[in-house]
Amino acid sequence: MSLSGDPLVRLTGLEISVRDAQGQDKIIVRDISLEVQPGEVLALIGESGSGKTTIALSMLGYTRGACRISDGTVEVAGHRLDSLPEARLQGLRGRVVSYVAQSAAAAFNPMLPIMRQVIEPALVHGLMTREAAEDKARGLFRALALPRPDTVGDRYPHQVSGGQLQRLMAAMALITDPALVIFDEPTTALDVTTQIEVLKAFKAVVRDLGTTAVYVSHDLAVVAQIADRICVLRDGMVQEQGRVEEILFHPRQDYTRALVAAAAARVPAAPMPDLPRDAGDPPLIQMRDVVAGYGGVDAQGNPQVRILDGVSFAIERGKVLGVIGESGSGKSTLARVVAGLHAPASGRVNLDGYTLEGEIRHRDKEQLRRVQLVFQNADTALNPAVSVGEAIGRPLTFFHALRGADRKAEVARLLDLVRLPAALAGRLPGELSGGQKQRVNLARALAARPDLLLCDEVTSALDPVVAEAVLDLLIDLRRELGLAYMFITHDIGIVRAIADEVMVLYGGVPVELASHEALEGPLHHPYTRLLMASVPELRPGWLEAANSAFSCGSTPGAGHAAGCRFFQRCAVSHPGLCDVLDPAVHVGAGQTIACHRGFDGLQATPGIAQGAIPA
Amino acid sequence: MNTVPKSGVPYGAQAPKVRRRRMNVSLLLGGATIIFWLIVALVGPMVAPHAPGQVVDLDVFSPASSTLPLGSDYLGRDVLSRMLIASRFTVSIALLATLLAATVGVFCGLLAASSGWVDAIFSKLFDTLSAVPSLMFGLVVIGSLGASIPVLVGTLATVYSPGAFRTSRALARNIAVLDFVTVARARGETLPYIVLREILPNLVGPLAADFGLRFVFVTLLLSGLSFLGLGVQPPNADLGALVRENIAGLGFGAAAVLVPTFAIASLTIGMNMVIDAVSGGRRAGGRR
Amino acid sequence: MIAKRVGGALLTLFLLSLVVFAMSLLMGGDAAEAMLGQNATPEALAGLRAAMHLDQPSWQRYLGWLGGLLRGDLGVSLITKLPVSTLLAPRLLASLQLAGLTAAVSVPLALFLGILAAVRRGSLLDRVISMATIGVVSVPEFVIATLMVLIFAVRLHWLPALSSSRDFSSLHDVVRVFTMPVICLACVVMAQMIRMTRAAVCDALDSSYVEAARLKGVPPRRLVLGHALPNAIGPIVNAVALSLSVLLGGVIVIEVIFNYPGVARLMVDAVSTRDLPLIQTVAMIFSAAYLMLVTSADIVAILCNPRLRHR
Ligand SMILES: Nc1ncnc2c1ncn2[C@@H]1O[C@H](COP(=O)(O)OP(=O)(O)OP(=O)(O)O)[C@@H](O)[C@H]1O
Ligand code: SF4
Ligand SMILES: [Mg+2]
Repeated sequence: MSLSGDPLVRLTGLEISVRDAQGQDKIIVRDISLEVQPGEVLALIGESGSGKTTIALSMLGYTRGACRISDGTVEVAGHRLDSLPEARLQGLRGRVVSYVAQSAAAAFNPMLPIMRQVIEPALVHGLMTREAAEDKARGLFRALALPRPDTVGDRYPHQVSGGQLQRLMAAMALITDPALVIFDEPTTALDVTTQIEVLKAFKAVVRDLGTTAVYVSHDLAVVAQIADRICVLRDGMVQEQGRVEEILFHPRQDYTRALVAAAAARVPAAPMPDLPRDAGDPPLIQMRDVVAGYGGVDAQGNPQVRILDGVSFAIERGKVLGVIGESGSGKSTLARVVAGLHAPASGRVNLDGYTLEGEIRHRDKEQLRRVQLVFQNADTALNPAVSVGEAIGRPLTFFHALRGADRKAEVARLLDLVRLPAALAGRLPGELSGGQKQRVNLARALAARPDLLLCDEVTSALDPVVAEAVLDLLIDLRRELGLAYMFITHDIGIVRAIADEVMVLYGGVPVELASHEALEGPLHHPYTRLLMASVPELRPGWLEAANSAFSCGSTPGAGHAAGCRFFQRCAVSHPGLCDVLDPAVHVGAGQTIACHRGFDGLQATPGIAQGAIPA
Repeated sequence: MNTVPKSGVPYGAQAPKVRRRRMNVSLLLGGATIIFWLIVALVGPMVAPHAPGQVVDLDVFSPASSTLPLGSDYLGRDVLSRMLIASRFTVSIALLATLLAATVGVFCGLLAASSGWVDAIFSKLFDTLSAVPSLMFGLVVIGSLGASIPVLVGTLATVYSPGAFRTSRALARNIAVLDFVTVARARGETLPYIVLREILPNLVGPLAADFGLRFVFVTLLLSGLSFLGLGVQPPNADLGALVRENIAGLGFGAAAVLVPTFAIASLTIGMNMVIDAVSGGRRAGGRR
Repeated sequence: MIAKRVGGALLTLFLLSLVVFAMSLLMGGDAAEAMLGQNATPEALAGLRAAMHLDQPSWQRYLGWLGGLLRGDLGVSLITKLPVSTLLAPRLLASLQLAGLTAAVSVPLALFLGILAAVRRGSLLDRVISMATIGVVSVPEFVIATLMVLIFAVRLHWLPALSSSRDFSSLHDVVRVFTMPVICLACVVMAQMIRMTRAAVCDALDSSYVEAARLKGVPPRRLVLGHALPNAIGPIVNAVALSLSVLLGGVIVIEVIFNYPGVARLMVDAVSTRDLPLIQTVAMIFSAAYLMLVTSADIVAILCNPRLRHR
């Protein structure tokens, strides 16, 4: 980070254009000038479509598809990459500059063993012998804290978890000791608990090897941990560049400020006042001991693969239950069971005290109307062949027999409700932006006039600023319409902002059920703590301080026989008890946890009581 | 087994301008050819100068002249008149058979995509049908039932319905797992509504391309059968039969054999050009 | 998994035998009538029917027929009264020679051209190959054969138009007899093999892992052979199997055109004379061959794919 000396990377006036179907050149990245000093980590940050990856790839002298560098220069380690012939570039790629892709799962060749792919850069550039390369790879596996570093290379990509693949990809990039490593959103596809470990591993090797790196991300909090400088991009142009502290604490541009604000820890929303109700009224929706899974059922009526195992909860009218858990923990399956898309193997779901049938076709129209589902991916949730007006209008006809002008007026009202202009009714989903699609998606669910919305990761696919707005809309709607939500997410920050009560799922089992207040309190199930402590905070140095005493591994154990499902990853486990007996359920004030340690035991455990409590 | 055409990103690295122009040219050319043959099939026989069976020339395989624009055939009949009637046979039989194959295939495909056990039965059934090489299947059926036009249409439709079934089933299954279909199911929509209003509109494009492809296959098989003498029987004739009966004229390069040969080729190539242009040239062509 | 594939193929074959047998029931009249002609006496008919077990219920006849097939007893031709196996054996051998030779020529060539076209995507070569294959795929086999005869035999007199001679006294004769039919067949078969290979390799080349390998500095040759090809093996093997099954059909037309003494002539004549036992047997043999091809392709694809192999 010396001010003197030549930079390792220098882009000057870089412009990249793409040729569209009409043969017209369109500029997607313009006038980018930046420098990276040796040993420095520069972060490129911006929302999707801002040109982050395009710029990063240009530092390998590479452009995708019909793109090309149309102006400016790219200089890396003394080579002019914009003008070198392909054969020369090939000699530099993987040796001088290397690349860690966003999805390692897609970037590893599924047909080849991992070791062969990891050492390939060293071999194709003739840098070392196979044996030497394999030794070096194993050393990197160790440095990257991969489990079983000596044998993991013999496996095929599909036999290794996503977080491990991401680290293996980093090993592949580092094997040639390149001058520059480009990380392209390397943790975006990972669960938070995995992300923190991968980040730590990356940070450690980058520090130890003194690697120069360009780190592409849309997540400011992640970038704050790993970068020295940040370059904020928008619409293919540099908005602002500066040292991490400058950008985080003294942003100059409005856009940067909005980005920082969206990433800043969310203030918990004020809890909703209870709606008036009689003491004896049953909850709006109640689930009791639900077991559900896939595959055939055995003699005891248990499914072959259990996804949900004994889930119980209740949601009162107008209240919000947040459901969090990592990928594969059964969150979506839970929503499908409530919606009747997946019949539980045992247990029951009650609506207003009446038991719902497991399958849709046995439920009556009124029951169907009262529970509506909103999906994560608005792209697939809207039929591309059906106009917005028709999509929203169909539930109006189906449930409320509205037609003609009445229906049209109601569609306009609903569009207004989700803050969209009525003129959008004539459009097809393909003509809308991501945020608009998600609003239409919501409007369609609201058209049924439901009592309960099942929201499955409704903001996950959106850029932070847009997600923020959709979330605000959801909070407003709830206030205006008295809706209850089951709000499924992997983002604990969102749960904090919207939920009255939170259920934490781990491996299909609720490990903790906490009220809004209890969630902010100090005592939690070890997994909940791990989850909370893994969410990156918007301050440099958080990663180093982050207490990892809650976990000793990122991969769930293979099969679950008996005992606590979190056993293999739990840092405070009680061997001989936790792996034998199912955890006991402890009920405290506004909080239920399933853990052998109980509230007292957890209080007494070092590292839990004093663990850094996220603000 | 059979691959469904993948609609991927059109490959880009080469100048798209040129590609696009080429696409339009092939669309125009192919489309014009198809329309030309449709018109010929429709009005051709009405404007034919002679009856198709009438011997008008003492000379056989005579070259083109002002009275006989395409010369005469192996019996001295007017090739133009015979071409006009043969085109009608080829186009109408092929269209009818394709329509039948597509209707049966798509109907069963959609049904199979929406129910597990129906799928198992239909898939096995159509797999079995397609395990007989197509020409062989035609030979077996015609061997048992004799060659008549209904038998021909039925046979051609049977041979190519498995392909239509498989394509529509795969397409529908890909769409059936998308969230918007789940939303419709969760709303309590009936199966017919989901299939007709949610799934089918998204299939129209790919199915149209598949229809064109199947028309090509049907035309090829029909011509092949007729060429072997097992298709359209005399006194009627389709294009394949014209090639067969005039094959002796090949030695002199007689129009009687060349014109129907090129007619078949232009019909099928034209259709292929249209499909290729529409589906962005990414179709993996296959003949079965 | 492999056992499942094989089981599936056997089940298909069994269902197929039902279909093929059912055809004989659809035929108007029965075989005895067909053999004795119009003016046979009722007594003669009844006698022949009993002799041919035609008086039994159809399921019994089906079992008898199937059992015969399995034991290698293929029945008796209605027309020539010779055992089907005697008629078939030499013809089948001749057809296999033709098909085998064609496969040996066309598979390597097609794979090479297909991969080349994919690697040089968008180049002149690719466009020429793509035009040519479209042309060939869209045209019936007999058109191609006709044109080739016109050019090579009629105009240029390089090769004989007929291949009926079985007198292979010299290599020269072999070449003369086989060249035209093999070239014609190979054209037909290769066209679609090239198209499907190209598509499979293109898909693999467009994948993220090939991009990642390119960004590792992997040279082009290794990119194609080491990274893209292993992933395209499944579809390619499938394409080869499908194309070879087309060969099974195409061989019929080509044999007829060149008057090649293979199974096709026999088959076409059998269809014209409605000699059902012969037709059924040939159909079963061809279908079994088809199923074998496709199933082996499936198995190869499974064995080549670690995701399917390590389960
Ligand atoms: N149709 C299916 N057949 C078999 N297994 C399935 C099926 N659908 C889902 N699963 C499995 O069930 C488990 C839970 O899936 P679910 O979608 O409920 O998880 P999730 O918590 O929503 O995950 P994510 O955060 O990734 O959306 C996963 O292991 C998944 O692989
Ligand atoms: S039950 Fe045991 S293993 Fe499970 S979370 Fe509690 S302490 Fe950890
Ligand atoms: Mg989910």
